[in-house]
Amino acid sequence: MLGLYLHRDSAVHRWPAGVKMGGLLAVTAGVMTLPGAWGAALAGALGLGLLAAARLPVGRVLRELRAPVVLLTLLFGFQALLAGTGWAEAAVAVARFAALVLLATLVTLTTRVADMIDLFERVFGLLRPLGVNPAKLALMLALTIRFIPLLAEQVREVRMAQRARGVERSIAALFVPLLVKIFTMADDLAAALEARGYDPADNGR
Amino acid sequence: MLSTRDLVLCALFAALLAGLGMAPPIPLGFLPVPITAQSLGVMLAGALLGAKRGGLAVLLFVLLVAAGLPLLAGGRGGVGVLMGPTGGFVLAFPVGAFVTGLLAERFATGANPLRLFGTCVVGGVAVVYAGGIPWLSLVAGLPLEKAALGSLAFVPGDLVKAGVAAVAAAAVRRAGVLPAVHA
Repeated sequence: MLGLYLHRDSAVHRWPAGVKMGGLLAVTAGVMTLPGAWGAALAGALGLGLLAAARLPVGRVLRELRAPVVLLTLLFGFQALLAGTGWAEAAVAVARFAALVLLATLVTLTTRVADMIDLFERVFGLLRPLGVNPAKLALMLALTIRFIPLLAEQVREVRMAQRARGVERSIAALFVPLLVKIFTMADDLAAALEARGYDPADNGR
Repeated sequence: MLSTRDLVLCALFAALLAGLGMAPPIPLGFLPVPITAQSLGVMLAGALLGAKRGGLAVLLFVLLVAAGLPLLAGGRGGVGVLMGPTGGFVLAFPVGAFVTGLLAERFATGANPLRLFGTCVVGGVAVVYAGGIPWLSLVAGLPLEKAALGSLAFVPGDLVKAGVAAVAAAAVRRAGVLPAVHA
């Protein structure tokens, strides 16, 4: 599965996922602590610089940003029109998050899903003393990715069966067979995993 | 400890959430607007898998969204969506499923749809809004009460989803395919 990643030959793409996510966290913390719009201005400038450095098509990036920008503009419009007061603070908040959303979107567009998942596994590995098992988490993430087309297919199948029986508006007729199917599939899939030598007691060390 | 079947169930429910986001919206006879069923999946995960596995299933889904898979309804995904105005709602999904499961384990262990409806409303609606509204308020620079007021428009739809989730969960429990919730 390709995800939202957009391949280009750029230094930004080559930076490790951990650097990009760590940087995003650091910039977020900085933007939230700097007074006024300074943080937003700096983060926005950084975002535009990275956008150019990553050689991403601007139209595609704008498409990713459209939904949050429309929503923020609407909210800000209501705030400015209805409340009258407090809109300067609202403008700062909106500018801050607009810049941060731009940076976050750049991280997503320049980092492969697989690299991001590797990073999550390493981060969850730090939680091992708390009883978190990163190997199990990794397996579950991989299984989920594998199951998504399977489930999409199941949803389609059940809805087609409904239509054939003329009950496409019945809620029970969609979810009940779907969920029952999931629970019975789980038995077979678990047996298939164990038949291939998966040992749930193995903590992956 | 999670058994192999638990791992598979969590992954299947996470994939169900993704599948529900990809499926065309479902028309309901009595609603003019078709529903997108993702928050329905959150409630179902909690009600049918219990707190631990339900929360974990939804967490898997959110992690994959964060990793950059376009799994949210409308094909959205990535860290940007989570940091955006509606990100708080998505980040609260796993907690919502966990609380739904916790309540279901205590108060709705049978197939009574009314009890299940109650757990879905608290876990799947109240908890999710409790995460989403302060986030929206922070991101948009809105006072908390205005962010809450703006989110009110979505409550009727979410209550309908809680009803759907409760009826479906009750029927699935009656079907007797469920593993013990208190595993």
